[in-house]
Amino acid sequence: MKTLKRLIAGGALLLPAVRAEAEEGGAVPDITEAWHHLWKELLLDITIIGVIFAAVTLYLLIRYRRRKEGEEGKGTALTPLASLGWVLIPAFIFLADDVFLAAKNFELWNKMREVPEGSYEVRVEAYMWGWDITYPGGATATNELRVPEGTPVKVALSSRDVLHSFFIPDFKVKWDTVPGMETYIWFYPRTVGEHVMTCAEFCGTLHSSMHGKVIVMPEAEFKKWIEENTPQKKA
Amino acid sequence: MSSTMVTGSVDTHQASGSGFSLKEWVFTTDHKRVAVLYMIGAFAAFLVAGIMAILMRTELASLGPTVTDNPAAYNTWLYFHGAAMILGYQIPALTGFFANYYVPLMIGAKDVAFPRVNALSVWLFWMGLVVALLTFVIPDPPDIMWTGYPPYSILTGGNTAFYTFTVLLMGFSSIAAGVNFLTTIIYMRAPGMAWSKLNIFIWCTLAAFIIQIIFVPILGVAVTMLSLDKYLGTHFFNAAAGGSALIYENLFWFYSHPAVYVIFLPAVGLIYEIVATFARNRIFNHMKMVYYGIFGVLALTGLVWAHHLYIAGIPNWMVLIHVFTTLVISIPVGLLMIGLLGTLYKGSIQYSTPMLYAAGFLFLFLIGGLTGIPNAMSAIYMHLTDTYWMPGHFHYVMAVSMTTAILGGTYYVLPKMTGRMYSETLGKLGFFLFFIGVNITFMFTLLMGVKGLPRRYYDYQQFPELEWMQQWATIGSYIILLGALVVLVSWLHCAFFGMRVGPNPWGSRSLEWTHAPSPPPPGNFGGEVRVPEDWSPYGYGK
Ligand code: HEM
Ligand SMILES: [Cu+2]
Ligand SMILES: [Cu+2]
Repeated sequence: MKTLKRLIAGGALLLPAVRAEAEEGGAVPDITEAWHHLWKELLLDITIIGVIFAAVTLYLLIRYRRRKEGEEGKGTALTPLASLGWVLIPAFIFLADDVFLAAKNFELWNKMREVPEGSYEVRVEAYMWGWDITYPGGATATNELRVPEGTPVKVALSSRDVLHSFFIPDFKVKWDTVPGMETYIWFYPRTVGEHVMTCAEFCGTLHSSMHGKVIVMPEAEFKKWIEENTPQKKA
Repeated sequence: MSSTMVTGSVDTHQASGSGFSLKEWVFTTDHKRVAVLYMIGAFAAFLVAGIMAILMRTELASLGPTVTDNPAAYNTWLYFHGAAMILGYQIPALTGFFANYYVPLMIGAKDVAFPRVNALSVWLFWMGLVVALLTFVIPDPPDIMWTGYPPYSILTGGNTAFYTFTVLLMGFSSIAAGVNFLTTIIYMRAPGMAWSKLNIFIWCTLAAFIIQIIFVPILGVAVTMLSLDKYLGTHFFNAAAGGSALIYENLFWFYSHPAVYVIFLPAVGLIYEIVATFARNRIFNHMKMVYYGIFGVLALTGLVWAHHLYIAGIPNWMVLIHVFTTLVISIPVGLLMIGLLGTLYKGSIQYSTPMLYAAGFLFLFLIGGLTGIPNAMSAIYMHLTDTYWMPGHFHYVMAVSMTTAILGGTYYVLPKMTGRMYSETLGKLGFFLFFIGVNITFMFTLLMGVKGLPRRYYDYQQFPELEWMQQWATIGSYIILLGALVVLVSWLHCAFFGMRVGPNPWGSRSLEWTHAPSPPPPGNFGGEVRVPEDWSPYGYGK
């Protein structure tokens, strides 16, 4: 029921209603965790459909193999009612699954697109072939995105030349950088560690070399790094 | 009106005579010869694009440079592979070769409505092929992928004009063919051939050409704007001058998603014909499949393009709509699959080579369809898009599934075209190599996508742990190559040494088998075909 409600809200484009619900919790949602969760549900869903269809197919292929020369099929025409039933019933089952999946999808999608309050914002400009990173205080870096542990990070994306796509596989987030436009993603680094960030939209000869690292640091170390790298204003 | 069409088809009678004459082939307007010209061109494109695939797979088999140390070379192979496989192989094989061979024969016509326009179509296609092949000759080949996204395609030193002209030539060829085949199907059916008696393949072809006529011009506009921007200084896609790359992305997919169904529909039509013939069974829920399956796809096909653009920077409301329409298009496609399974039910299935391919199709397309569901869901898609998951998915759902239809369909029609039978041993060997190979290659491709490896990568230093999967995918591709060679040998063997067979070796009820000799002469039937009241192309078990 709750799912259905969300879908109706999402489907009718009444996004504020969905958003309000997402905010109720107050805590920052872990969208990476949620991605894995939905992915597992989805794999189960498609595996079940797949196994049923494959089993039926295999059964039919074996059961109805030709046993005698000159034998012909015995399929008969359907009654008008049955013929409509064989359209409407499968269509209804598919539609129900589609509605269910769409609802699940929008639940996560809305979280992915709604940057939590208090996120740390960095700017990333893509170019052929690398990433220029600018921190709020003016510190800059290339291809190494340092972020503090335990704080949601918003990445404001832009491009200096052609299309690229900013992708951190470990966090399950990706968004295109488009010349003349600002786009964004956010992610939630909860533990210290290093992750690949890499370009996912074809951008020319060295597309596959356009990669760097996301380095999640303990809060204190990160602060220190920022201080050391922020250009000092001349007095 | 119809009388002019009949006279239009009369000049095909000249194309008789025995022995090979190049001139007759070049100037032919006979739909069956045009079909052969399409067939040769399409399979040549398949072969060359396949060699590119083998080069790419070999390059990827080890970290760092393997075949070449120049990433631009890889990008050009990939450009050619994608563009040639879709525009040069699958669309022409299905809407050129099979449409030409079958449509007049299945509807009981002597030829298509406009045989000369038909010749124009096939030669435009060949010109497109030649321009595409010049990729390997010119010093600055296109390196923009078959999608040709700006601004890269405008800024690159590669020759984007060759891309534009390839697409335009193929596009004009398709539009001319569309007008021709719609007219043929509407006006040239034999007396008594009611709409309800048409083969499923004819309905599929009709729908495919409706899509082509509506959507090809949009692609034509998009790629023309590209070259205008690059060479003549316009700014359609230049952000600095107020344009946007997103305009192109939307126009491109507004055609190129429907293009998937231009391939899918005739392919599934062929599978229907094969299954009905080899199961000797009626088509399950025949007209409902036409109305709800085929026309369902047709109704939705223009409403799902933005599922390629969820993260491209389009407004959120567009994402919401397209998630839903994309999930919903699974309904008519699912119905068409149920129709195939229902046609097996109570059938009497004979496992000749075409039927093996059809059986393979059922499984490959199932995997392809199911791996498409995550792509429809924007939140899941965010991780999967532009990774190896996508080539994994679309090779299953399109590249490989539709190839089973094309190869199976070719084995099916060979005895009609040549009057000879292929070798079942070679045919089956080719199938099993193909089936095993594609599953190895593309299962690992899907898996690498889940692990986050982006597509269109010449190298993958940032993912060294995936090297072993790349190697398996490469091994699979060599098995596919072996299978393809066996298929080629079996066809040549059939054409030159195959056993002679009668007009209807399969015991089909469809007109092309029951009413036309093998191979059919110019004019096809040696007289007027009349279709009796109680006839059906699938009238088995009576
Ligand atoms: C059967 C053997 C085939 C193999 C081994 C193969 C292999 C590949 C490989 C390795 C890639 C590049 C992956 C990357 O770097 O992103 C690719 C891309 C592609 N393939 Fe195939 N392929 C095969 C058949 C086909 C067929 C029959 C089609 C027909 C439609 C096709 C259509 C494509 C397309 C459209 C792309 C994407 C091009 C792009 O990224 O712009 N392939 N294939
Ligand atoms: Cu890139
Ligand atoms: Cu699409």
